[in-house]
Amino acid sequence: MSADLHQIWVYLSASPLAGLTLTLVAYQIGLWVFEKLGRRPVLNPVLIAVVLIAGTLSLSGIDYRTYFDGAQFVHFLLGPATVALAIPLYNQFQEVRRSAVALVVALLVGSAASALSAVALVWAFGGSKATILSMAPKSVTSPIAMGVSEQIGGLPSLTAVFVIITGIVAASLGTWVLNLVRVKDWRARGFGMGVAAHGIGTARALQVNEVAGAFAGLGMGLNGLATALLLPTLYHLIWG
Amino acid sequence: MLGTLTLLLLCQLAGELAARLLHLPVPGPVLGMLLLFAGLLLRGGVPDTVQDTAGGLLRHLSLLFVPAGVGVMVHVTRLETEALPIVVALFGSTLFGIAVTAKLMAFLLSRTDPRLEEEPTVGEQAKGDRA
Repeated sequence: MSADLHQIWVYLSASPLAGLTLTLVAYQIGLWVFEKLGRRPVLNPVLIAVVLIAGTLSLSGIDYRTYFDGAQFVHFLLGPATVALAIPLYNQFQEVRRSAVALVVALLVGSAASALSAVALVWAFGGSKATILSMAPKSVTSPIAMGVSEQIGGLPSLTAVFVIITGIVAASLGTWVLNLVRVKDWRARGFGMGVAAHGIGTARALQVNEVAGAFAGLGMGLNGLATALLLPTLYHLIWG
Repeated sequence: MLGTLTLLLLCQLAGELAARLLHLPVPGPVLGMLLLFAGLLLRGGVPDTVQDTAGGLLRHLSLLFVPAGVGVMVHVTRLETEALPIVVALFGSTLFGIAVTAKLMAFLLSRTDPRLEEEPTVGEQAKGDRA
């Protein structure tokens, strides 16, 4: 009997089914908690899911790579989802076109402000060079950020973690900081979330308002482009 | 639904191919997004099925970040030894980035927004729009 159970455990812990199911179940629990406790942004479903999964894996002794063999099917959908952002963008195209100048200026300043302040803060508080380089592209969506990180000599998987935490910080505290600086325009609120905090910021903006969501998606896409183009260039200018 | 997924994957694939063949530093999915966007502009509208499926995928966008987020496990040691700079930088730069981008954008919109004057409402052709 216990031999059977052991066999089943060995099978399950090695098959993609367990990692995939765990990811979906943990996210459902995260959503449920988020809804039940009054949709408080601090109780971000991603944060809850990550904590639950990391806890489960640690307790059961399954390593991250085994888990990721299953979870990669969810991870893979980031690509098609990024492509799908063309649709809210198209729906809001009239809005986008008439704000084009503001968008481009805010994008370049905002993108630089996020990346440079991140790098400066890690440096000022004594972080290592690997951490500094991994931190630089953390505002953009993970496939882009990981690519840039690799190009400039950071650690792509560490960058992925910074990317996710950035998103969770923005989803949890973004509304608060936007109210603090008294920005009421949905286009500006969404764009700020998208530029500074990629897909998780966009997901949060989509929850709040459709216009904010479209501008967040646009900000995420544009900053992805800007960071992918500018950051490696900037790095080579500074460090050669 | 299947048609939309196929469409999204084809755009992504075309984006990946273009990025590699032309040695662009831009990731494939972003090029795919631009491609789909151009296609929608040419077609002049989003088919209902595409609207629905894409909406469903985007509603759960944050789920897709969970697997990478669990990667935090692999970096526990570094996160512990460099906790202070990492935490300060992540919180500081993210909130600073949101505030700067949104504030500047709101300021520029309030300066240039044609909506404050007599301009067509959303959905109409804005012919005199030079932006």
